[in-house]
Amino acid sequence: MSLVAALRGAAVAHGAATVWSGVDIELTAGEFVGILGPNGAGKSTFLEVLLGLQGLREGSASVLGAPPGERRERIGYLPQRRSFDASVRVRGRDLVALGLDGTRWGTPMPGTFGRRRAAARARIDAVIAEVGAGAFANRPIGECSGGEQQRLLIAQALARSPDLLLLDEPLDSLDLPNQASVSALVQRLCREDGITVALVAHDVNPLLSYLDRVIYFARGRALSGTPAEVITTEKLSALYGAGVEVLRRSDGRLVVVGQPDMPAHHHGHDH
Amino acid sequence: MNPSFSANPLTDLHQLLQYPFMVNALEAGTIVAVIAALVGWFVVLRRESFVCHTLSVMSFPGASGAALAGLPLASGYFVFAVGGALAIAFGSRVSGRRSAMQESAVVGTVGAVALGLGFLFLSLYGGILESVETLLFGSFVGITRGQVETLFIVALLAGAVLATVGRPLFYASVDEQAARADGVPVRALSIVFLVLLGMAVAAIAQIVGVLLTFALLVAPAATAQLLTDRLRLSLALAVALAVLETWAALTLSYFTNEALGFCVTTIALVLYACARASRELRR
Repeated sequence: MSLVAALRGAAVAHGAATVWSGVDIELTAGEFVGILGPNGAGKSTFLEVLLGLQGLREGSASVLGAPPGERRERIGYLPQRRSFDASVRVRGRDLVALGLDGTRWGTPMPGTFGRRRAAARARIDAVIAEVGAGAFANRPIGECSGGEQQRLLIAQALARSPDLLLLDEPLDSLDLPNQASVSALVQRLCREDGITVALVAHDVNPLLSYLDRVIYFARGRALSGTPAEVITTEKLSALYGAGVEVLRRSDGRLVVVGQPDMPAHHHGHDH
Repeated sequence: MNPSFSANPLTDLHQLLQYPFMVNALEAGTIVAVIAALVGWFVVLRRESFVCHTLSVMSFPGASGAALAGLPLASGYFVFAVGGALAIAFGSRVSGRRSAMQESAVVGTVGAVALGLGFLFLSLYGGILESVETLLFGSFVGITRGQVETLFIVALLAGAVLATVGRPLFYASVDEQAARADGVPVRALSIVFLVLLGMAVAAIAQIVGVLLTFALLVAPAATAQLLTDRLRLSLALAVALAVLETWAALTLSYFTNEALGFCVTTIALVLYACARASRELRR
C-alpha cells in the first residue's frame, strides 16, 4: 500500500505549551482513519499539520510525497463547526463550486469560458450526485438541514478530486441517523474512489463500524491501530488516564462507554 | 419654467433633460447606482452594513475638512472615507484575525469621532458651507461635468478591482474558514474590500448625501438577495434596482422639490419591504 502521509517523531506546540509529541503516524492510500480523543487533545491540530497550516516543533512530516502545504490542491478539507443560518441566500451548488475554483482570481462572467465552464459544471454535478445532494443543491444553503449542509460541504471538499480528504468533526451537531449516513458516505468514498480519509470526531461510537483504523490523541500522545487493537478497556483507560470501558454488543459491535470529554493534560486547544 | 408633472411621460422626460444640470445628475446618479449596487451586494453578503454606515459618516468631516483647508470637497470625501476604511481594517484585528467584537467597537468609535471632527471643522470654517443640510441629505442641483468625470473614473477603478477579486472575495465572504484553509488571502481581501467600500461611499455621498448613502448601498442589494438566490441574477437585479431607484428618485425630487436622499430612501425602503413581504408570504 502506498503512503499518503507520514509523521515521524513529530511534536507540535501552541506557544510554550506542547500539544502532542513523539508522534509517528502513517496514512496509507484508501484508508478510512478516525482521529479521536477528548476536546483539546490536538485532533484538529493534526489536520492543520497535514495541511501545512501548523508547523512542527520537532520531527518531520510528508504529505503526498512532499512537505505539508505543497500538495494543497490534492487535499480536500472540511473545517470544523461551519453552519449557515437561514439568511444566507447562496445556493448549495454555488458553495460546492467554490471548492473547485474559489481561489482563482477574476469573476466568472456570463457566457464566457465556454468549455471550462461546462467542464466545471459537469464536475460540480458529479460531486453533488456523489454525496446524494441532488435534491437540495439548488436550495439556499441556509435553508438546508444540518445533515444536508454537511453533505454539501463534503461535496465542496471533494470538488477538486482530492487524494486525501480531511474532515474536522463532520458529525458534530448531526442526529444519529445522519451521523450514520454521513459515515457510510465517507466510507464509500474510500472504498470506491480510493480516497484516503482522516475524520476527526470526539465520539467514536457512531463511526466505529466504518473505520479501518483509529488514531487516538490524548494527554500529549497518540495511539494508532485497528479498532480491534486500540479500542480495548485497558488501552483506552491507560490513554485517557481514566476509567473507560469497551463493551461488546450482542451483534459484535464495540461500544465505548465513559470517554471523558475533558480538556487534555497539555493545554492545547482545537480550533 | 416651473417643473410640473404631466400624465405624458414623454413630456416629463423632455422637461427633465432640458437642463444640463439634470443631465449631469442623471449621469452621475446612474454611475453611482451601478457601483453602489455591486459593492453593496458584497456588503450585504459580508454583513458589514454597520461599517458601511460609518464610512458614509466619514464624508461629513471629509467635506467640512476640505472646505476648511480650501481644497476641493471631493478630495476630502475620498481621503476621509479611505482613511476610515483603513482605520477600521487595521483596528479591528486582534493578533492578525478579524474580531467581531473589536470590529463593532472600532467602527462605532470611528463613527463618533468622524461626527465630532465634522462639527469641529464646520465651526472652524465658520463660512457658509453649501449648507449642512445639503451635505447630509444630498442635492443634485450642483453636479458639475468634472464631478461626473471623477465619478466615472472612480467607478471604473472600483469595477476593475471587483472584477479581479470577485470570486475569492465571494469565497471569503460566504465561507471564510474554508477560504482561509484553501489559501485565499482572506485578510488582504478584507482590507481591499474596505478601501473599495470607502471609495464607493465617498463617490455616492457626494450625490445622495452623507446620511443616506447607506440606502443606495445596502437596500438594492438586500432586496435583490431576497428575491433570488442565483448569484449572477441577484447581482444584475441589484444593479437594475439601484439604477431604477435612482432615476425614479431624481424624477420625484425634480417634480416635488423634496431632497434627493429622502426620495431614494423612500423608494428603496418600499421595494425592500415589498420583497420581504413577498418572501414571508411564500414561506
